[in-house]
Amino acid sequence: MSRVLMKGNEAFAEAAIRAGVKCYFGYPITPQNEIPEYMSHELPKAGGAFIQAESELAAINMAFGASASGGRVFISTSSPGLALMQEGIGFIASCEVPLVILNVSRGGPGVGGIQPGQADYLQVTRGGYNGDVRVPVFAPSSIQECANLIYECFDIAEEYRNPVVILADGMLGQMMEPVELPEARGITPVEKINEARPWAITGTDYHPERNVVYSLRLDPQVLENHCFDMFEKYAKAEKELVRWTDQGLEDAEIVFVAFGTMSRLCVEAIELLEERGIKAGLIRPISLWPYPNAAFDKIGKNCKVVISTELSMGQMITDVKTAVQGRWPVSLINRTGGMVPSSIEIADRAEKALKEATK
Amino acid sequence: MKTVFEPTKGMIPVDTSYCPGCGHGIAHRIIMECLEERGSLGNTIGVVPIGCAINAHHFMNVDMCESTHGRAPAIAAGIRRVHPDQVVFTYQGDGDLASIGTAEIIHAAHRGEKFTTFFINNAIYGMTGGQMAPTTLIGQKTTTSVNGRTVEQAGLPLRMCEILSQIDCAVFVERVMLNNPANVRKAKAAVKKALDIQDARLGFTFVEFLSSCPTNWGLAPKDALNYVGQNMADYYPVRNFKTPEGF
Repeated sequence: MSRVLMKGNEAFAEAAIRAGVKCYFGYPITPQNEIPEYMSHELPKAGGAFIQAESELAAINMAFGASASGGRVFISTSSPGLALMQEGIGFIASCEVPLVILNVSRGGPGVGGIQPGQADYLQVTRGGYNGDVRVPVFAPSSIQECANLIYECFDIAEEYRNPVVILADGMLGQMMEPVELPEARGITPVEKINEARPWAITGTDYHPERNVVYSLRLDPQVLENHCFDMFEKYAKAEKELVRWTDQGLEDAEIVFVAFGTMSRLCVEAIELLEERGIKAGLIRPISLWPYPNAAFDKIGKNCKVVISTELSMGQMITDVKTAVQGRWPVSLINRTGGMVPSSIEIADRAEKALKEATK
Repeated sequence: MKTVFEPTKGMIPVDTSYCPGCGHGIAHRIIMECLEERGSLGNTIGVVPIGCAINAHHFMNVDMCESTHGRAPAIAAGIRRVHPDQVVFTYQGDGDLASIGTAEIIHAAHRGEKFTTFFINNAIYGMTGGQMAPTTLIGQKTTTSVNGRTVEQAGLPLRMCEILSQIDCAVFVERVMLNNPANVRKAKAAVKKALDIQDARLGFTFVEFLSSCPTNWGLAPKDALNYVGQNMADYYPVRNFKTPEGF
């Protein structure tokens, strides 16, 4: 392990290289440009391949080809770029091909802006792809956690043979923090690909039976069975991939629910509220799908209000309400469009929400 | 008894899903014959398109994957980065390549991707039931140009060989047609050459096949072959556009 001070985006790229990435494909889009830039000069040194794709559409499809033929692939983009990739993500899931996608998200809708945003919550957890697909999504709140998740998510994507998304808002991509980078794992040589991925299309000299990676199933019974099979995997994911952290839930009057950058602001707001004599706690979902519903069972009997705290018009709040199941009032503290609230603003608005909930 | 002919091991011995008189079967066979003759069946990876030929992986006896519509060249570029030593090809129709997939094919050529694209131009969308393609001829009747394609409404047909041959890193570009045995033999020679040039890693290689779609053209198979040889070859000159020195 080496501890270094790095800009988020560069740390993410380096973590992917150390995870043994063979290919990176990217298209320039702010605020993640340091990732393709870093990959263009560092990945070839590690024995990998970089292409600056002609579009995000091409990038996701290059990723499909490289992964279907057995390479470990990493791609990154930002919100509108991810929208362009949605068809590919659904197709890749349907073909049961692994892929790790990092979304350094910005404010929307449309072209939107380039400041940090979390208004991709629904895009990443519900997706814009067609059909019955689920994609595990992880939302780190520090550069260290993001680097660790990138490193680990290749194993998850390969175990589940499904795309995995890491949602890091633009704040994480652009700031600097000390980070301990993981050990380099090295790239799997071509002749060893089919040991780990017997299904990969490597040429029939490498494996006994012909391999075909496909999505089309014209027989509806066959397609239904395929969906059933995929959802067996997703049921397993719902058991095994749920992650969160929490603090102060037992005696909290206010429970914040926040991920990524917003969760860091909530930790500060909790301290401010404590100075005002108000006990507040936090649930920080790390897995956004599967959602950590179980975290909400730890909320104690002092709770008066649960506050979904988001950099969007309120997207995660739907999942918060589902998890709360009517046990406490749910309210929203949010900014959007690239605006980030101060911890004071969050504390003030939370205090007001508490008053409204208890009057 | 001495065997004088046997089907190529490159084709899986099943009936294809293609209509009588369709050119896909011939194109499949000559590509697979070339791969077998050069001993490449075990080290080839192919990408099939969206369109009738999505079924090609049921017939071509090599490792293959499907693609999203038009993106086969991007997928093949990804495969090539993982497999620098394999034979890589895409097989695409005219809706797939010349309409929705123009960006991917142009940029595969532009980067000089070391794979071969086999482009089946039958001037129509076959699998969806006969809609107008960018390659549909002026006056040709389709389900979205019932009175015949007009320049005013849809512009003039797109000539992909002419476009791609302008791109420096596309090193081999040839148009062939599948309308009679002599031309099928010429087509096979072009396929062989494209694969040899791919082996030399000189740049992007492209073979366009003028091909028939009797079902959606509303013609008998024999009339459809005549349509390829006359109407299509009139607008789409059958020739070599580019060959690297020494080939």
